[in-house]
Amino acid sequence: MEKKKKRSIVRGIILGVLLAAIVYTVYTTATKDKIKILQEGSQAPDFELVDLNGETHRLSDYKGKGVFLNFWGTWCPPCEREMPAMDRQYKVFKDQGVEMLAVNIAQSDFEVQSFISNLGVDFPVVIDKTRSVQKAYNVGAALPATVLVTPEGKVKKIITGEMTEADIAGFLESIKPE
Amino acid sequence: MEKIICTCKHVNPVGTKLCEKCGRPLTTEEQEKSVVDMRYDGIAIRSKTHNKSIVDKIWNFFSSVKVGIALIIITLIAASIGTIFPQEFYVNVATEAEKAAYYKDIYGTIGSLYYNLGLSDLYSSWWFQIIVGMLGVSIIVASIDRGIPLHRSLKNQRVKRHASFMKRQRVITEGQPSEQADKTLDLIEQQMKQLKYKVRREDNALFAEKGRFARYGPYINHLGLIIFLGAVMLRLVPGFYVDESMWLREGETRAIDGMDGYFLHNDKFILETYDNDPQGEQLRQGVNVVAKNYQTNVTLYKQKEGAIAGQTSDLEEVKSYEIRVNHPLKHEDYSIFQMDYRLNELKVMHFDLQNKASEKSLGAISIDLTDPEKEYIIDDQTKVELALYLPDFSGFKDGVPQTASPFPNNPAFIFRMFTPETPEGETSFVSIGQPAMEPLGNNQYKMKFASVETRNMSGLTIRKDKTIPILFVGGIIFMLGVVIGSYWNHRRLWVEQLEDGTIRLAAHTNKNWFGMKKDLNALTTHAHLPQYVDQVEEEQEQKEKEGDNTL
Amino acid sequence: MSLLQLSGYLLFTAFVCYLIALVLFGGAIKPAKVTNAPASAEKWGKLAITVTIIGFIANIGYFITRWIHTGHAPVSNMFEFTTAFGMFIIGAFIVSYFMYRVPALGIVALPIAILIIGYAAMFPREISPLVPSLKSHWLAIHVITAAMGQAVLAISAVAGLIYLLKHVNLKKDSMERFFLEAVMFSLVLVVGFIVSSITFNAMGYSATYQYTNKEGKTGVIEYHNPALFGMNEYVEVKLVDAEKKKYEPVVEAEQSFQPLAEMPPIVNAKKLTTVVYSILFGTVIYLLIRLIGRRSISAIAQPFVQRVNSSLADEIGYRAVLIGFPIFTLGALIFAMIWAHEAWSRFWGWDPKEVWALITWLFYAAFLHLRLSKGWEGKKSAWLALIGFAIIVFNLVVVNLIIAGLHSYA
Repeated sequence: MEKKKKRSIVRGIILGVLLAAIVYTVYTTATKDKIKILQEGSQAPDFELVDLNGETHRLSDYKGKGVFLNFWGTWCPPCEREMPAMDRQYKVFKDQGVEMLAVNIAQSDFEVQSFISNLGVDFPVVIDKTRSVQKAYNVGAALPATVLVTPEGKVKKIITGEMTEADIAGFLESIKPE
Repeated sequence: MEKIICTCKHVNPVGTKLCEKCGRPLTTEEQEKSVVDMRYDGIAIRSKTHNKSIVDKIWNFFSSVKVGIALIIITLIAASIGTIFPQEFYVNVATEAEKAAYYKDIYGTIGSLYYNLGLSDLYSSWWFQIIVGMLGVSIIVASIDRGIPLHRSLKNQRVKRHASFMKRQRVITEGQPSEQADKTLDLIEQQMKQLKYKVRREDNALFAEKGRFARYGPYINHLGLIIFLGAVMLRLVPGFYVDESMWLREGETRAIDGMDGYFLHNDKFILETYDNDPQGEQLRQGVNVVAKNYQTNVTLYKQKEGAIAGQTSDLEEVKSYEIRVNHPLKHEDYSIFQMDYRLNELKVMHFDLQNKASEKSLGAISIDLTDPEKEYIIDDQTKVELALYLPDFSGFKDGVPQTASPFPNNPAFIFRMFTPETPEGETSFVSIGQPAMEPLGNNQYKMKFASVETRNMSGLTIRKDKTIPILFVGGIIFMLGVVIGSYWNHRRLWVEQLEDGTIRLAAHTNKNWFGMKKDLNALTTHAHLPQYVDQVEEEQEQKEKEGDNTL
Repeated sequence: MSLLQLSGYLLFTAFVCYLIALVLFGGAIKPAKVTNAPASAEKWGKLAITVTIIGFIANIGYFITRWIHTGHAPVSNMFEFTTAFGMFIIGAFIVSYFMYRVPALGIVALPIAILIIGYAAMFPREISPLVPSLKSHWLAIHVITAAMGQAVLAISAVAGLIYLLKHVNLKKDSMERFFLEAVMFSLVLVVGFIVSSITFNAMGYSATYQYTNKEGKTGVIEYHNPALFGMNEYVEVKLVDAEKKKYEPVVEAEQSFQPLAEMPPIVNAKKLTTVVYSILFGTVIYLLIRLIGRRSISAIAQPFVQRVNSSLADEIGYRAVLIGFPIFTLGALIFAMIWAHEAWSRFWGWDPKEVWALITWLFYAAFLHLRLSKGWEGKKSAWLALIGFAIIVFNLVVVNLIIAGLHSYA
């Protein structure tokens, strides 16, 4: 009898493992498209980019400050619409320990320069020439995309799509150092 | 637990058909047959022996070969349904709505049904995966259930078998040797050893065996299959598998998708065709041209140790390579494949600064669309300022020109032209295929489009598959198992010499009776044995004769 | 004489040899009732296999010369692959003949190989340059191994057919009898295809139509037989400027035979027309055979296999699967995966041809399990072998010509 019981347990374990494997496979395939590399709460990947004035911005240099990262392109009308609001809020929050960086996706200096000077915004604009920052932050084709980084360097929130001025103010408030 | 006790006093597990020790048929079914079932040597297949808890019931379900075959057939049918119409991943549209429309437009109502039932993405559907998964479970369970007892029984084979076992084998002989009756067993041993059989003797009995390992073939190939299926599953575990694709234009350097810290520069894309004649227009339309070669010359760069995203000023060159179809660039675990291309994207546009009336040129400028400049100086009094550049002009919105994408599909420019005649500058809006607009009044000068330079784009796929070695091992084990199981046979011969010198012989092989009989022919001659009888053939001939009579 | 011409002659020689060998194999069986039967049969049999081998050597000669001439393994289009498949069937038959010495195998294997090579010859025989994805030594390794595996598996169908011809009771109406005759009929359909193609080619028939395909683009298609079915929105056109590929509609008076029906864009009406002609010609030939023989084809063939040892035929069928299955697995799945991984970046992509190779493989796996565990021998096993061959032919003909995919030839 003992032997028979043991055999049943062994069979149960084998079947259980196989069942788990099948469930895992089906589940992962079903959710494959939704998995993101960058998740809220994880460490924000460090990067270094040069702005239109030739100044280098490195994310880790802003440790202790909140960073508002906005990915954009000149062909994206919502990006254009939210920028003036961003600029106004930037002026409010920049002395409260919050940085703002607008990351252009691999466009030419001329396009970015003329676009920004037409808008007349003051926050630093950097160009991700090789798209490596875009990749590190897993930003897809959908722009604008905004990533909020806490003073500790963690991703607080990822926002895709256009933001209102109130949204922007709230987000900047949320990453203010204490 | 119940046991079956044979007349020879050996205790067999429930379900045993032929006594493990002496070979006597134990079930009435086997006793009534003229040739016993030797498929698993009459052992008790585990699952058939007891049937109690739910776990055992599930186990028994998967242990059944009938279920296994049913699963194979279901997989086969399901797989064939997926080939009726093209699968979604071969349809070149992006959104769900477009896909639905595609199947409806091209294949009508049936196509629509096919799409809505999810058959257009059948191979990644949950139910197809479950069927394959169940097939995997069936392979594992059935192999454990049969393999282990069979192994035990093959290991403990007795030399001497009971007459009722011998007589119920397919090929048998019984009778007096025609010569040298006292030496028959020696002669048999001699001949069988010559035929590379392993021979064991016990009293007046002899047992010869060859190719036993062939019986393990099916279990080995099943192991290979399981390893293979396991590896396929492992691809879903993060880190094992990367599958990305990217477009890379000539002259561009880009971070490689899925390959952190690496950058790829496209030096040149080359398309070669077989016919030397087609050029220009014909090439663009792809008429009657058979492609000979798709190639991207690339340089792979790596960031310095400890570098972070965006630090691309001092990349280290890893290697240069010509990526062609069938010749991917390989680096570490990654391979980069040539998959697609697009020809002739605008790169540089040449313009002439002309007097509208006289068409006299004051000079030419070239605008590199990947890096336009603020101003183009022709001489100290003549220059062209670029006020705005729109790579993909899509019309005006509230009087402001818009671009639909960052790609130079339809470039448009706002120029400010300064000449000795017009030192204040004139403004002109220039776009492809449209007359220039002069928003600030009539101009004396115009930017006359002269020519373009283009560049090509390469579509590359980046793949990392750490499961490949495991798949390979699985494949090799499978092939090994199939070859062992198919190309070798397990042949056995039992001989007993009775008191009066009569030889009783029985032969068995798991397949290829033709080969077994060749061995027996040699043996019959060598040991002067009476002609053997194939009971199955005899029975069949009997039936055919009877059949003939009734017709 | 160029190498390519030589190659053509060699193939023709092989084809003629196979036809002669078929007659000789008939002789090897026929004199069964004559007194000195065994000796005579052996003589005929020896002669038959010798002629087969000569044909096979010529066939290999074709293969090698074409390979040298084109610089790649001649398995890159429908004509080349199908011819190679026929050749490997002959090869597999020769090997099995020397293993088992059953002349009846020749009676069935040779006609099948002849039909396959004849079928192949109806496809364009020009040398087509290789597209980049085919430019790999894996072309030779993968395709040749897969074709060899399929050829060995085909021998199991040959043995199965012999077994069924012997064992199906043709005097009693039954499903079995019906399906066996259906198998014979389908072989005659291949003859129908060959005869209709040769007939229309000899007539030099040609008509060109412009049509609209499923993507809404216009295309031009040339028929070599009177169009029974027209492509979607067909208009008969003629080439007016070869250089610029300009076509103009044909005036009504000059129009050739006009299609009886127009097909929706997903149906290739040209292929459908060819299929219907094959069926028409095939049916006529079939009826003629029945009329002349005054028996079903199964009944005509039966005497040739009457003396075959049943259990040997069964065993040959089983053994062919045992030998062919590993070769097929290696060629059509494992080598295929290795190559696909190099060329298309993934080892498996659910392309229709891949799927059908998998289906073939699963089917023979089921065959082996049914035989091993359920004891399916004799007739059941023979029917399975025929179904397996049908799947192989389906994969060769339908998947290549009708289901679009990466492997499509036409």
